[in-house]
Amino acid sequence: MRSLFTVLLAATVLGSPALAVDPPSCAVPDSLLFSDADLSKVTAAVAKQRQLAIMVVGTGSSMLAGADGVNLAYPARLEAALRQRLSNVAVKVSTKTKIGQTADTMQRSMRDLLVDEKPNLVIWQTGTVDAIRRIELEEFRSALEAGVEGLQARGADVMLMNMQYSPRTESMIPVGPYVDEMRAVAQQRDVPLFDRFAIMRYWSDEGAFDFYAAGRDNGLAQRVHDCLGRAIGTVVIENGHLQSFVNKASP
Amino acid sequence: MHAPVVTTGRDLRLDLFRGIALWLIFLDHIPSNVVSWITIRNYGFSDATEIFIFISGYTAAFVYGRAMRERGFIVAGARILRRAWQIYVAHIFLFAIYMAEISYVATSFENPLYNEEMNILDFLKQPDVTIVQAMLLKFKPVNMDILPLYIILLLFFPPVLWLLRRRLMLALGSALGLYLLAWLLDLNLPAYPEGTWYFNPFRWQLLFVFGAWCALGGAERLAPVVKWRATMLVAIIYLIFSFLVALSWYVPEPEAFVPHWLGDLIYPIDKTNLDPLRFAHFLALAVLTVRFVPRDWPLLGSRALHPAILCGQHSLEIFCVGVFLAFAAHFALVEISGAFWMQVVISLLGILAMIATAALISWYKGLEGRSPGPRTKPPDADLAGGEA
Repeated sequence: MRSLFTVLLAATVLGSPALAVDPPSCAVPDSLLFSDADLSKVTAAVAKQRQLAIMVVGTGSSMLAGADGVNLAYPARLEAALRQRLSNVAVKVSTKTKIGQTADTMQRSMRDLLVDEKPNLVIWQTGTVDAIRRIELEEFRSALEAGVEGLQARGADVMLMNMQYSPRTESMIPVGPYVDEMRAVAQQRDVPLFDRFAIMRYWSDEGAFDFYAAGRDNGLAQRVHDCLGRAIGTVVIENGHLQSFVNKASP
Repeated sequence: MHAPVVTTGRDLRLDLFRGIALWLIFLDHIPSNVVSWITIRNYGFSDATEIFIFISGYTAAFVYGRAMRERGFIVAGARILRRAWQIYVAHIFLFAIYMAEISYVATSFENPLYNEEMNILDFLKQPDVTIVQAMLLKFKPVNMDILPLYIILLLFFPPVLWLLRRRLMLALGSALGLYLLAWLLDLNLPAYPEGTWYFNPFRWQLLFVFGAWCALGGAERLAPVVKWRATMLVAIIYLIFSFLVALSWYVPEPEAFVPHWLGDLIYPIDKTNLDPLRFAHFLALAVLTVRFVPRDWPLLGSRALHPAILCGQHSLEIFCVGVFLAFAAHFALVEISGAFWMQVVISLLGILAMIATAALISWYKGLEGRSPGPRTKPPDADLAGGEA
């Protein structure tokens, strides 16, 4: 089954020198990536139609500033990673991102988001704004539950994605309790949680990235988003049971 | 003013456990601190906050109850309100430190990865609103929620104490009634910029009043029940149960411990509203503690436990120092190194600084002639103004 230690995500790249960002070694232990929650809609869409439509619903940390920000942020990197590994599947990743939204605001707008598009999987990135504004935990939790239920009722798989690990603002933004709530809701609702917080923390501890850096370093942000996109791709393949569709050439 | 803190009538266990609670709160307040794995919040439902609030209620009733008996309602009430004022001033002082830290961060932090997180600095854009809201106890930065709760609890403590001294059971019953009413009506105080208080005073008052109730005779009434073998058994089973549930938060296969029906039943375990499961967890801990740590426990006089007792005896000062040290520790972890060994060193240094401060405060009080030293008997005259 799953190996106990690390999956080298970087190893998934097979010689594509045109790639703008060099993939750093951002390995993630399996235990931080995978859960038992199946992405059954993803499995079905790929098996039956060779199609996979993913929508990222998120806030500021799902975007990168700059002219090329859209192509460098993790949703685009996820699309690139999946297209590369599932070359026989038509993968499309769309984004519905808007800065400064709480989970509740996003939850309320979700029914409108799914009118025009019918994604198989919605990756819901949230929590940061709630933690900054110290939204009541109970309210945060019910917003998460309502959002997850609403998305599932509209026939989409859901993956929750929590906050970034941000050591400089840690004593000002109480992410901990919100991370816990998201984990609890994911467990209760049987949806995978992409534990961005723990993964970035792991990268920090391993010395893969220096998140303490305060300066205006666009390269760091781009490399992190690239790694996040790849890691999410690995989860989609694993929890969506798409291993048999992965190109033979890539490990 | 502060009075001598060690009295013959004082139960040193309270100081010991309050001191330990203060250390644990400090460790929990350092973000991403590896040492915080030893704190009790990771092993069950309740955490050091419950211990702190319960003991604070107990000591407040002990100290001001005596004052009320000897000097009357007005004098005791006035002392309680002065204490609330001191805590308010301490809170505003901590807020100033917080503003200094956040302002420092604002000038240097421009990592594009954290565009969203930088929104926390928006509070600096309207200092007029933020500072006034902080003074109204509505805007409370991270880790600064306990003191406002404490202030509110003390503001309303004079009549509560009055009632406790006359009708012990009625007072506890009223506290329980308020707790349930707040549950029913979803009562809480408003916070800024939105939402409500992190520690709902309408709910947490129950633990504070319960502590006061224990101090004024409730503990003796409960003593026989606590001694029952069945009580012990229930407490142990409950602690194991909550340990297993807590374990499920950290291990990858949660269903092994917490099936969905159980999760639906017990979650969320709400800290804001002092969830009954948390309260029960604290009670279970208290039952075991009272059972295994008797009042005349020989180790209470030992050198090993003296630092914790010392910290517990100056709880307000040490709490504030702890919040400040947590800020400072985070600063050091960011600016110097966040490595594992550094987290351990910083945690230990912080606790040493708390102990040193407590010793210094004792020394000052000795200088003022109010106490000949923490380990000798003080004159009985001014017991009532002691640390509550």
